Amino acid sequence: MQSYRLPKIPTVDQVQVEARAASFTKRSIKKETKRAALEMAIQMMDLTTLEGMDSEGKVQMMCKKAVQPMIGRPCPSVAAVCVYPTLVGVAKRALEGSQVKVAAVATAFPSGQSFLPIRLEEIRQTVAEGADEIDMVISRGAFLSGEYARIFDEVAASKEACGEAHLKVILETGELGAYDQVRKASQIAMDAGADFIKTSTGKVSEAATLPVTLVMLEAVRDFYMQTGKKIGVKPAGGIRKAKQSWHYLVMVKETLGDDWLTPDLFRLGASSLLNDVLMQLERLETGHYQSNLYFSED
Amino acid sequence: MTTKTQEEKASTRDMAGLLFGDLWDYAPAPESTEHVRYAQRYGHFINGQFVDGKDYFPTINPATEEVIAEFAAADEAEVDRAVQAARNAYDGVWSKMKPAERAKYIYRIGRLIQEKARELSILETMDGGKPIRESRDVDVPLVAAHFLYYAGWADKLQYAFPGARVSSLGVAGQVIPWNFPLLMAAWKVAPALAAGNTVVLKPAETTPLTAMKLAEICQEADLPPGVVNIVNGAGRTGAAIVNHPQIDKVAFTGSTDVGKIIQRAIAGTHKRLTLELGGKGANIIFEDAAIDQAVEGIIQGIFFNQGHVCCAGSRLLVQESVVDEVVQKLRIRMESLRVGDPLDKNTDIGAINSRAQLEKIHELVQSGVDEGAKLYQSSCSLPERGFFYRPSVFTEVAQSHRIAQEEIFGPVLSVLTFRTPEEAMKKANNTPYGLSAGIWSDKGSKLFSVAGAIRAGVVWGNTYNQFDPASPFGGYKESGFGREGGLHGLKPYLEVR
Repeated sequence: MQSYRLPKIPTVDQVQVEARAASFTKRSIKKETKRAALEMAIQMMDLTTLEGMDSEGKVQMMCKKAVQPMIGRPCPSVAAVCVYPTLVGVAKRALEGSQVKVAAVATAFPSGQSFLPIRLEEIRQTVAEGADEIDMVISRGAFLSGEYARIFDEVAASKEACGEAHLKVILETGELGAYDQVRKASQIAMDAGADFIKTSTGKVSEAATLPVTLVMLEAVRDFYMQTGKKIGVKPAGGIRKAKQSWHYLVMVKETLGDDWLTPDLFRLGASSLLNDVLMQLERLETGHYQSNLYFSED
Repeated sequence: MTTKTQEEKASTRDMAGLLFGDLWDYAPAPESTEHVRYAQRYGHFINGQFVDGKDYFPTINPATEEVIAEFAAADEAEVDRAVQAARNAYDGVWSKMKPAERAKYIYRIGRLIQEKARELSILETMDGGKPIRESRDVDVPLVAAHFLYYAGWADKLQYAFPGARVSSLGVAGQVIPWNFPLLMAAWKVAPALAAGNTVVLKPAETTPLTAMKLAEICQEADLPPGVVNIVNGAGRTGAAIVNHPQIDKVAFTGSTDVGKIIQRAIAGTHKRLTLELGGKGANIIFEDAAIDQAVEGIIQGIFFNQGHVCCAGSRLLVQESVVDEVVQKLRIRMESLRVGDPLDKNTDIGAINSRAQLEKIHELVQSGVDEGAKLYQSSCSLPERGFFYRPSVFTEVAQSHRIAQEEIFGPVLSVLTFRTPEEAMKKANNTPYGLSAGIWSDKGSKLFSVAGAIRAGVVWGNTYNQFDPASPFGGYKESGFGREGGLHGLKPYLEVR
């Protein structure tokens, strides 16, 4: 079998991509447009808890919030919960009867520094526990050493291990060091069969940013134009405010168009974003900001 | 969810399989005009006072075609009064004032502009049709920056030109265009005042409103009467300024045709002259460029201010090996441009400045079609009233086509191709104009070697339409001579011995 070779891909200009990303924050999002954005943000959210201290109780409570983020008024459910592999079973049972999916981080998250057979076995067991989606990490060390074929092979093997489950490939852009590298990593992940490409683990200080996500959206657009395959994008980490969520939605709308404005192709990975979105929805409803004491911390 | 379902999508269009529709559309976000103040009628601003004029003409809002206010057209006698006021202020006050004192007035004008930024942006957009996003984020901040920058030079002129003695010229007559009304006023007035001259300024007849606000600001800043005089009117008024014997320096920004008339008119007189005229800027995309960002630069280069930009990147030169990709991505990007109400904060492309300009664009686009170039226009809907034009791109353009040679001054791009850097340089220079150019390449050595070979006053590398008060701007060849901005911009207003 011939080993993977990275195809020719466009370079990225740092100054200009950052300027373009900043331009999306200038859109004025008001009234009905804001309400729709907030509801979309909930529907596209992967409500996440990834702590060493996560327990069954914590995950059960988060799942309740995922299904019904707000009591007392109609509110959509989030897209998925995102947990560690050992808690997939708990989440699956807690979400029974709902549309909310279970995503799990696997492959020696967050570093990926383990043996490939172990990482693949982790995926298989996690899927067997009932995970609908697997969020894997790439081996950044190998990537930065230029071992692109190895990254390709690992992602392809992970995809195979996923079976029916969807595969999200975490590039950990904060460790890649340049937009050009983000673009390369996106290409390799898509070539190897990723269903989604995701920015970050949330465990590295520079997590999702607008320009990094824009580079990934542009990679997805070019891949779609070349192959006809629609790949999803998931910025994760550092998205805490409702306003940030519509900056991302504006960017998706103006880069990839309407088709990507769906949880099937765009997700926001976040843990504390949901309450800020709910607070903004409440304000649209009542005209007042409520104290954050009125929003449950689950 | 309150967004429309896929089936309900009203206006979508397939772009390489991408749909840019209204599944989640932006609600109207018009900037409120309630707090802006302006008179229904303006004469002129002479010797520190607003004075009545005669022969009033209307200025309209090009987005609604409604009359905003009426302005007087100054005749020779009124221009003479303005020039006399400027002369008296020069002889009596301004030329004798300590430079540090002069600087304070200019600085105060800059600060007042910052304080009134919102009102000025709205008026600029109402009168000229440019999107509020641009007047708010580009025009008005640059106007203030220009005054503040030149305020700093006023008491440092002897250090600006080491080893030389410098002195002011006298009265400057300044005639400005309609595409950046207040910004062009700032480019003209700020260096003139900093150098110690007094001015008579004429704004364009389609966009005189913000110049009158600038006059108010001069009053508010307690600028000595006569240092800045502003007369309204069209070509006849401009000619009266240019031909007035007591004018010591003429500064003109506008069309090359009028620039030539001015140059002839003052030949043989003592008057100094700077001209900033038309352009047909080449935006050169090499195959090794960051293509997605280059496409963004193409958009900024041609659709900024509806293409009413003398330095617009209106001739796109793309290396043949990437032309299909660039054109496809350009078309996709054009679909997300929002054309409409200039006061809406989400509008990218506003109204064409006047009916006459719209007709000129129509005529030149028709010539492109007739000469065999392929026209592509974005599918956006246009407002029923007002002067609007779709973002447009011509492909299969030859250097011989009118659309490759003449300045269209509208949102219309002509795409040409090249094979080697030599061919790119040759084509870029193959124009009577020489104002601006852009070069896009990831290779630094190529960027600099091509930039050095382009005969244009401004060459941008991996960016386009970037302006700063510290950076000189001006043309080669029929794009004019003299520089505005930076240290270079002081020189035309000084006698350097």
